Amino acid sequence: MSVIENEVTARDTGEVVLSLAGINKRFGAVQALTDVELTVRAGEVVALVGDNGAGKSTLVKTIAGVHQPDAGVIEFAGAPVTVAGPAGAQHLGIATVFQDLALCDNLDVVANLFLGKEHHVGPVINEVTMEREAWRLLRSLSAKIPSVRIPVAGLSGGQRQTVAIARSLVGNPRLVMLDEPTAALGVAQTAEVLNLVERLREQGLAVILISHNMADVQAVSDRIVVLRLGRNAAEFRTEEATTDQLVAAITGASDNVVAQRAARRAVPPEVPQ
Amino acid sequence: MTDQLTHQPAVDATDERLVRVVSPGDYLRQLGGRLRGGDLGMLPVILGLVAICAFFYSQEPTFLSSRSLVTMTLYAAPLGVIALGIVLVLLLGEIDLSVGTVSGFTSATTAVMFVSHGQSLTLSILVAIALGALIGGGYAVLFVWVGVPSFVFTLAGLLAFEGALYWVLGDQGTINLPRDSGLPEFTRQKFLSDGQGYALVAVVVAVYVGSRLWTIRQRRAAGLTPPNLLGVVIKGTALAVGLGWLTYYLGIDRGWGYLPVLFAGLVVLMDLLLRRTRWGRYVYAVGGNEEAARRAGIRVGLVYGSVFVLCSTFAALGGVLVAGQLTTVSQSSGTTDTNLTAIAAAVIGGTSLFGGRGSAYSALLGILVLQAIRTGLNLMNVDSDVRLIVTGAVLLLAVAIDSVARRARSSSGRG
Repeated sequence: MSVIENEVTARDTGEVVLSLAGINKRFGAVQALTDVELTVRAGEVVALVGDNGAGKSTLVKTIAGVHQPDAGVIEFAGAPVTVAGPAGAQHLGIATVFQDLALCDNLDVVANLFLGKEHHVGPVINEVTMEREAWRLLRSLSAKIPSVRIPVAGLSGGQRQTVAIARSLVGNPRLVMLDEPTAALGVAQTAEVLNLVERLREQGLAVILISHNMADVQAVSDRIVVLRLGRNAAEFRTEEATTDQLVAAITGASDNVVAQRAARRAVPPEVPQ
Repeated sequence: MTDQLTHQPAVDATDERLVRVVSPGDYLRQLGGRLRGGDLGMLPVILGLVAICAFFYSQEPTFLSSRSLVTMTLYAAPLGVIALGIVLVLLLGEIDLSVGTVSGFTSATTAVMFVSHGQSLTLSILVAIALGALIGGGYAVLFVWVGVPSFVFTLAGLLAFEGALYWVLGDQGTINLPRDSGLPEFTRQKFLSDGQGYALVAVVVAVYVGSRLWTIRQRRAAGLTPPNLLGVVIKGTALAVGLGWLTYYLGIDRGWGYLPVLFAGLVVLMDLLLRRTRWGRYVYAVGGNEEAARRAGIRVGLVYGSVFVLCSTFAALGGVLVAGQLTTVSQSSGTTDTNLTAIAAAVIGGTSLFGGRGSAYSALLGILVLQAIRTGLNLMNVDSDVRLIVTGAVLLLAVAIDSVARRARSSSGRG
């Protein structure tokens, strides 16, 4: 692992936004995360892949403040932090778009974008500045939303994803985590969301992308971090990774280079039945 | 800069897929599309009210006489106040089955303090309203902290506060309020003079048009599409003519009572709170998707708590007003059909039982429908058995329309 990581470090010059070291998380008898490391730089898209139960969601929830790690150090923008709850994460500048998007179908796009962060004069909501800011946000993402005054229920899946991603940008975050953003989308809508991810990178944001879809991951990410059974299994620069290598790392098949490397690092290899 | 703005299209009108609404024809087409998509708003209840009025007028022309209409506004208002609280609870997708007995219990408290113990009327009313708020606070604790479903604890309240009503009344069973005391006077005999009525209409129209013009200015300054000026003029004129004519027509008899004006004022106030403040936005958000609201950092418990407190407070206020109007409090106060009338009014007025959809005006329109049915059947000398059946049928119709509209919405993508 260290070889590849050094190469990546040499190539990339963006400032490190998030850096995790030795993260452990245990739920009862299940060791969900063991000594997990992760580094994300500004202007970099890191894809987090792994099989079901590999610990991707637990890791994201730990970064988002939903879970507290049992051990390990989280450094954000160079300083060690404790992420106390989702509000604390937002305050630090960590935004998360969960898979279910958490939109209110009965409210319009503007109301959803600014939910909980309404512009207001005294107790009264200032719709005009919110609507203008909404258009600015959507424009910065080159998003295609026909109207910001229709209920979110009237939008397509890709447009809803767009609204959810745009909403994550309202607090000017430095790190955006996207949990399976393309899982329920068609081909064209997936392409739209991948464009959005690239736009986030252009804006200098650090992006963590969780996906099961290898094509999406390879299309849009700069680095791919593979988790398996709660541990770092491998890490690739995207242009150097083949789909076969990725699949091998995810599934942990023993007869491949990733498993051999894992053996060299004195981690007992998992032997498939 | 300003030159550029005037030559560029507004920032919200640049997407080529937007359906432009420029001519009145566009507006009508858009309206038609919304209706087909299940976005009915208040149209069914307005049509229903017109149909009901036309039917009773054809049967008994005195139904639409000035005297009859004034009486209707007086009788509709107290129950409308209770229905206003129900609207709030329904917006969260919850229910309060106990508003009837809460209104009976609190009004009995007022009557006992005022008549039997000789306390001042103001104090007696304030105690009743405070009791209502306290009951709502108890509901809020049960719902937010203990996690009891609202159906259960308000059903328990329905029984418990009927018991409390009997307990407060003691052996007396019935307490009559002196007709010359302040409360019956306010609810029965106080009316705006013609001059006051027209002045009030002028103020309402001026505030409406003024706020719309302000919006146009703000949006234009921000580079957004402003509302159509012609539309504002048409709506303002319609409002002025409609309210002005109504004031004239009611003025043939006694005019606007203080009581309906108070109710209308509360409706407008709640509508502004719901549509224009963060609290109102959060009520709709929690009703639409509680988990999303929670993740957005909204203190969901506070929203539920405030709504249960407001609902019971409105119930207490409504109960006191009913007592003033009937000049009596008895063991049957608030127990017979108060509950269901208030809930039915909110639903008939167009507030969805499924949460997140509705408006304060549905309390006003719903109670007008129910009061029109009640008055009309009374005029036709039909017994209350028929009235209950008709009211039940109208309620069922309203819920059926809501359910069908909900399906149409989900298939046409309007949520």
